Amino acid sequence: MPLTAEEVRHIARLARLGVTDAEVARLREQLSTILEHFEVLNAIDTEGVPPTTQSFDLANIERDDVSRPSATHADVLANAPRTEGSYIRVRRVLE
Amino acid sequence: MNGVADFRARELLDLTAHEQAAALRAGEVTARGLAEASIARVRAQEPVLNAYITLMDDEALAMADAADERLRAGNAAPLAGIPIGVKDLLSTRGVKTTAASNMLRDFTPIVDCTVVTKLREAGAVFIGKTNLDEFAMGSSTEHSKFGVTHNPWDLDRVPGGSSGGSAATVAAGGVPLSLGTDTGGSIRQPAACCGIVGLKPTYGRVSRFGVIAFASSLEQVGPFARDAEDAALLLSAIAGLDPLDSTTAPVPVPDYAAMLGRGLDGLRVGVPREFFVDGMEPGVREAVERAIDVFAANGAIIDRDVSLPSVAAALPVYYIIAPSEASANLARYDGVKYGYHADADTMWEEMELTRGQGFGDEVKRRIMLGTYALSTGYYDAYYLKAQKVRTVIRREFAAAFASHDLLLTPTAPTVAFRLGEKVGDPVAMYLNDLCTIPANISGNPAVSIPCGFSEGMPVGLQLVGGMFEEGTLFRAADAYGAVAGWKAQRPPIYGERGR
Repeated sequence: MPLTAEEVRHIARLARLGVTDAEVARLREQLSTILEHFEVLNAIDTEGVPPTTQSFDLANIERDDVSRPSATHADVLANAPRTEGSYIRVRRVLE
Repeated sequence: MNGVADFRARELLDLTAHEQAAALRAGEVTARGLAEASIARVRAQEPVLNAYITLMDDEALAMADAADERLRAGNAAPLAGIPIGVKDLLSTRGVKTTAASNMLRDFTPIVDCTVVTKLREAGAVFIGKTNLDEFAMGSSTEHSKFGVTHNPWDLDRVPGGSSGGSAATVAAGGVPLSLGTDTGGSIRQPAACCGIVGLKPTYGRVSRFGVIAFASSLEQVGPFARDAEDAALLLSAIAGLDPLDSTTAPVPVPDYAAMLGRGLDGLRVGVPREFFVDGMEPGVREAVERAIDVFAANGAIIDRDVSLPSVAAALPVYYIIAPSEASANLARYDGVKYGYHADADTMWEEMELTRGQGFGDEVKRRIMLGTYALSTGYYDAYYLKAQKVRTVIRREFAAAFASHDLLLTPTAPTVAFRLGEKVGDPVAMYLNDLCTIPANISGNPAVSIPCGFSEGMPVGLQLVGGMFEEGTLFRAADAYGAVAGWKAQRPPIYGERGR
């Protein structure tokens, strides 16, 4: 079932991805085609099969909680697009 | 440096890393001489190949000088002084790391990724950061903010992807070794397209710390080389447990070099029929069939009655799991802490504009696909279903390896396609990874090695091994390579010629 333009805009909103009208039209067509290819999965019986989250089964690895040096202030701010003093400057979050 | 030494350095550049390592120890060449020769050749080829995003001449020469000191002191590691290309998805402290994206075009990491740290400690010489599909999403290196990379065998064709720059520069003789990453075939398919060796390690064999994340449960860093011995040398240097990556496996790294020179005799090789698909190029099929004959003639036990019935589902499973993980991993690019930033009136507008302008088409497509698959109402139908089918596929691989040492398949159904041929048709592009994706889904190690030509372009043979059995892959690749001799074939642009 093809996606509607509304659905494409909704997904883009969830992903916080700015899309143009032309992109919505193109994504609608391309994503619909790709989703059709996913239907073959329904033919595979997965009754009682557990999901795989990663291929090499490892339990959680823990380490001792020991303090160690971390990145410097200057390093952390080095790539920030907008800074002020020792802060990253952002837009107002609450209107 | 005098003319004779200069000539010898260029000559050595045509050899493998292990031959260069021997020459460095014999005093035939210095690491600096080798680095200068590599830089000169890479720079001469860049106008036609575009294999690199950033060249690191100054760092390279400093690293070479340090390697020379250690070589003189006699305490140098095997890779000391060897020129290496590094995919621009791997963080390098103080050197721009872009992921070929507008989002990170000016990003300079504050740490090295673990594999880069290990190679620095080994005394390797980084020549530059190689081109790729944006965030490693693609099979042609056409989705790069920094332009396409060309295939050294035919400049009108793609080098494969996503690690196309790393493959092209090794094939063209710029460096003997390079690093790539493989999430769905991004090392093996470009290795096949460019006629070299490329290996995806077992999931958990190599640290992913500091590698710009795309699909965390699927990707691994691995080597490109001109022969199996060199690939083994590079994997030995980067493999192993890393306290900074809790998904690395507590499995000792074996002595891969000890697996070389053992021949093919007695190896149980399965040829799973599902990988020989209908749309396969006849010349690719013939080359793979001839390789199977070589394996059989040299004592391998070939079993053609092997089936992995669910492997056809690996492609849709991949295109659910990888974009889902990508949509989560790429959520960090918000234009606040680092990366591209677009100005707008409100926080949400800024974020949407930043991401809309920072990401290219293929990356947006995958973020959208993954966000959809994870969204309310679709999670069970897509993501959970894909993870369950992933278990089914893993079980089929495990069953096959209970009675076989290797599985043998083509690496890709066709040779390198023409630039622009598939870039407008995502599904056609995705189908190119049909044969490589299953090993990412299952986690098994797999290598692509050259096995002949079709349409004048190299064909890749894929060998898949049991979990953590990279040694068996090196053994088979080394033995086949020695008999078949494809390593001697060089693309027309090789060295300084062909411009």
